[in-house]
Amino acid sequence: MDSGLLRVQLSVNGQRHALALEPRRVLLDVLRDDLGLTGAKKVCDMGNCGACTVLVDGRPMYSCLMLALDWREAAITTIEGLGEPGQLDPVQQAFITADAYQCGFCTPGQIMSVKGLLDTTPEPTDAQIMRALSGNLCRCGAYGNIMRAARIAAGRDPGTDETGSDTA
Amino acid sequence: MKPFDYAAPVNLDHSLRALARGRGTRALAGGTDLLALMKARVASPDVLLNVKQLRDLSRDIALDERGASLGALVTLADIELDPAIAQAFPALAQAAASAATPQLRNMATLGGTLLQRPRCWYFRSERFECWLKGGTECHARHGENQFHAVFDTGCCRAVHPSDVACALSALKAEIELRGSHGPRRLAIGEFFDPPREGRRVETVLRDDELVVAVHVPRPAPGSRSIYLKAMDRAAWAFALVSVAACLRMDEDRVAELELVLGGVATVPWPVGEALRHLVGKPLAARAIAEAARGALAGAEPLRMNAYKLPLAQALIRRALHSLAGSASEAVSLAPELHRGPP
Ligand SMILES: Cc1cc2nc3c(=O)[nH]c(=O)nc-3n(C[C@H](O)[C@H](O)[C@H](O)COP(=O)(O)OP(=O)(O)OC[C@H]3O[C@@H](n4cnc5c(N)ncnc54)[C@H](O)[C@@H]3O)c2cc1C
Ligand code: SF4
Ligand code: FES
Ligand code: FES
Repeated sequence: MDSGLLRVQLSVNGQRHALALEPRRVLLDVLRDDLGLTGAKKVCDMGNCGACTVLVDGRPMYSCLMLALDWREAAITTIEGLGEPGQLDPVQQAFITADAYQCGFCTPGQIMSVKGLLDTTPEPTDAQIMRALSGNLCRCGAYGNIMRAARIAAGRDPGTDETGSDTA
Repeated sequence: MKPFDYAAPVNLDHSLRALARGRGTRALAGGTDLLALMKARVASPDVLLNVKQLRDLSRDIALDERGASLGALVTLADIELDPAIAQAFPALAQAAASAATPQLRNMATLGGTLLQRPRCWYFRSERFECWLKGGTECHARHGENQFHAVFDTGCCRAVHPSDVACALSALKAEIELRGSHGPRRLAIGEFFDPPREGRRVETVLRDDELVVAVHVPRPAPGSRSIYLKAMDRAAWAFALVSVAACLRMDEDRVAELELVLGGVATVPWPVGEALRHLVGKPLAARAIAEAARGALAGAEPLRMNAYKLPLAQALIRRALHSLAGSASEAVSLAPELHRGPP
């Protein structure tokens, strides 16, 4: 089959990008390889881990199972789109405060899921946090501190204990 | 993923014409199943037809006194989070909420959840040319079959993976289809049909048809419904076994009862006969236990999946006790359905 290249404009982190793409390119690969946005991680590439989570019109989705061409109308936000240079987003800061990672590979996805939750539910319960994070695996098992980071970001934990003790 | 041509038609008519033109044309909705199959080289369509942007394919949920109409593009998250659905059709909301993960529920559509293919590992691996993919042999029958069907519906022993399909079956939904030759509307029990020689898929959907909507009739006043799902972890797992049940009591007697099992057959599995003798009588513990045993009577488990029989019976008992309001027997599973069985 001759698939050819199709022209498409994608809106990523508030910026329009003009691209010529093969139809089979998935959003995750386009973000990483064409736009140099390597924050979203490629781990399972099959919807089984959550490391590729980005926000699409504010909703967390797995960019490994999306054709880039399908999302020209959408506002896509990656971890690079959070905060300002020199000024982390409160969710990012909370992950540092709570020491909510070990290898860090799952972290961008975890943060995007927490971000998506807090944007619609500013005062989530623990059950809501757990549910919002239920599509993000952490192979290192940093779940306790990830929960605490989410609580800090939600303003429910002062986040003063810098040791990041496991409160979950 | 093999290269393919990409089409994004503007309306249904254009899409149906494109589907009718070529056998290698497939609809792409949320992509959560089809793209995974394409990455695994199990599916390799020549043309992908993005249906998400069709102007006349609905993404709305509408309720009136007769029931709910859900467009094919409604997502599982839409179903899970709609308060009117949770109120009128608890089993449907619970089934949607129990499926996959928040990210996948934001992506997955109603049309796609009905048409998703089995999770059988032989099916999903490029290395096995199993019967369902056109081969001659079912590798699961004598292979690794711990997650497979306990009821035998023909050659294939994969289970239908959709939680929502199971709930919709108990709620007696109808599936509205549009094809290049016109519309048709099928009871969900006719829409799902075990794969057989000549049609190695789980539904009777034709190549040139699309699902456009699902209609769920409002159960008679006083009806209650529930969806219970046993999983091997608390989230992100397909049902080992699931139960969707809808019950209406008349005073203290059973007036109507629908019960459908998931995870036990190639299609959602209605339990008819075994429940008939419950109708017109009070729902006593002994009658429930007997019905639960009867529901699995025709099962022929494989080497590794006989555990599904007691699991299904327990879920049936729990569902019925919970619906009948005998809370002590229902224990914790109903409100904790995301946790799997205790
Ligand atoms: C990791 C993982 C875990 C999962 N866990 C669960 C679970 O626990 N429970 C569960 O029920 N599901 C689960 N799923 C499956 C998921 O629900 C389905 O993949 C999803 O519902 C498919 O919808 P989609 O819109 O993404 O379909 P697509 O992938 O776009 O399409 C799937 C199929 O449906 C066809 N199709 C789509 N729309 C239409 C239409 N309108 N008319 C005709 N044909 C159509 C496509 O051509 C294709 O053949 C899981 C999936 C993954 C990847
Ligand atoms: S159970 Fe069905 S899908 Fe699995 S190997 Fe057998 S025929 Fe193939
Ligand atoms: S890389 Fe997308 S879910 Fe794992
Ligand atoms: S920190 Fe290593 S996978 Fe989560």
